[in-house]
Amino acid sequence: MFDVERWQEIFETIRMNKLRTFLTGLSVASGIFILVILLGFSTGIEKGISSQFEQDAASLIFIRTDVTTKEYKGLNPGRRIHLHLDDYQNLSRKYEDDIEYKTPLYTIWGGQVNYENQTGNYRIEGAYPENQFIENESMVAGRFLNATDVSGVEKVVVIGNKVKQELFKNEDPVGKLVTIYGINFKVVGVYSDPGGDREESRVFIPLSTAQRSFNAGDTLRSMSYTVKMQDDFDQAVALSTAMEKSFENDLKTKYSVAPDDSGAVRIYGTLEEAKKIYTLIDTIRAVFWFVGIGTIIAGVVGVGNIMLIIVKERTKEIGVRKAVGATPASIIGMVLQEAIFITSIAGFLGLFLGVGLLELISPMVDSAFIKFPEVDFNTAITTVLILILAGTVAGFIPARRAAHIKPIDALRNE
Amino acid sequence: MGSNSLHVLKGIDFTVKEGELVSIMGSSGSGKSTLLNILGMLDEADSGSYTLDNVPIKNLNEKIAAQYRNKFLGFIFQSFNLINYKSALDNVAMPLYYQGMKRNERVDRSMHYLEKVGLGKWAGHLPSELSGGQKQRVAIARALASDPKVLLADEPTGALDTTTSHEVMDLIQGINDEGKTILVVTHEDDIAHMTKRIVNLKDGVIIDDKYVEQVRAMNHV
Repeated sequence: MFDVERWQEIFETIRMNKLRTFLTGLSVASGIFILVILLGFSTGIEKGISSQFEQDAASLIFIRTDVTTKEYKGLNPGRRIHLHLDDYQNLSRKYEDDIEYKTPLYTIWGGQVNYENQTGNYRIEGAYPENQFIENESMVAGRFLNATDVSGVEKVVVIGNKVKQELFKNEDPVGKLVTIYGINFKVVGVYSDPGGDREESRVFIPLSTAQRSFNAGDTLRSMSYTVKMQDDFDQAVALSTAMEKSFENDLKTKYSVAPDDSGAVRIYGTLEEAKKIYTLIDTIRAVFWFVGIGTIIAGVVGVGNIMLIIVKERTKEIGVRKAVGATPASIIGMVLQEAIFITSIAGFLGLFLGVGLLELISPMVDSAFIKFPEVDFNTAITTVLILILAGTVAGFIPARRAAHIKPIDALRNE
Repeated sequence: MGSNSLHVLKGIDFTVKEGELVSIMGSSGSGKSTLLNILGMLDEADSGSYTLDNVPIKNLNEKIAAQYRNKFLGFIFQSFNLINYKSALDNVAMPLYYQGMKRNERVDRSMHYLEKVGLGKWAGHLPSELSGGQKQRVAIARALASDPKVLLADEPTGALDTTTSHEVMDLIQGINDEGKTILVVTHEDDIAHMTKRIVNLKDGVIIDDKYVEQVRAMNHV
């Protein structure tokens, strides 16, 4: 392998047969190129979808109500269903053991928030402290809401990073007063959210304060729960599904909603969705690998084919070599090394082109479902190994054919 | 190689002593090439024995055959069989490469043999830049390079004109004069008479084996 003479021979044959080598290389290079691009995009899709889920806890169950769409037990459709705090308490109690975090919510869409001369419209959420974990918020400054804020009906507010940037610019907002619909609230913290700007243009105030400030009594707009993670994913999905069903039944029974009225009580579980998406990701990845490997196989068959032609073309030469003392092993080595060399060089070229292209376009690809496509180190190593293996396979059959050439047949006078 | 077997050689019994220059004659189909292939270990006889320099040549696997060919034999072919993308020097050096000789030594030795056949100046040229006679000289240098016991020449002048043929035969005679054993397969009478012994084959048997007065090729050049 490290025989200088052997390499010289290989370079010599390649130099003498530039077009042939180029075409062989092209088939391998494009195979690897396509595989790398496919794998890059599969990673991108995976990342994009994962980031969709990072916005909130993965095991969220979200409940909200709307107007009825069906007549039921003599009640007209079009009735608005309001959740109440005792609904939250009942449901929480019923599944106490399986619930990780929980919060009732009272939401004002597009509420006006002022700080000195700055004004903005943001979503205002009355919530419980645990909402921090349900929404996946991490604190940039100060603290989130706490139990005292809720029980004391404190006029405190936690604002998103985006809100801070818009209202406070470079000022430190913690301890400052903002007004929401003319009522003063003290800023106690700033949070950031993996969901980005949209999720960060919200402010949180204690639920009790929200209900009192906006004359809501004990009504709620919605409720969020997260399910405790189980030993395995499927078990968690099953539990989450069961809870969703049970919540829906309880609420529909209590508010006399038709069991098949899908509008009035809406329950949304991320786990079930997640499962579907993860299955989808797995499928996409499998398909991409399949297509990629298929392309490489086509390339390898091409290389094998061309090596066979090379061996055929060089029959006479190989005959001469054998006549002057080349052993079969040295002939196999020669052909195999050439095949591996061509596949490797071409393959690396394809790999670098693929990685390069991904690097180039990656920063531009940042949509909801594909995010920064790239190949990681392990994937690159795997493709390289596949490559060298492919070269060996491609070279082996022609090499053996070459070794079996009989000098007498090869040298027979034409 | 069809399924029908055909006996080409039907009992060949002859001995060549060291230093002889023997020509094997016969019309096509007489079995002269087959004989040469067996002597060259490119083919094996179905039965019978072959002893080269007191070494019995039998049951060779490909690897051993390759090593024996390298050590004992030098081949000269009608169509030269040089590798067309290698320089004259590299062609001559090839048997030495397969002996595992170091490059410097190989170049020295190959150069020596190229000079011996009068082509020292052509060492760097590709076969396509050489005339037929020059190609055959390179092939002879290649055959000599590994210092074999026996040179086997299969119609060495078959592709050359008369003058060039005589030049090549002169070279072969000179090598024989230095003591090398050489077997030449030919169907040309004048070439055969430039050797010292003529073996005539017909239908796979020796019909005639005689020592002749050697005609020096020099006289014709």
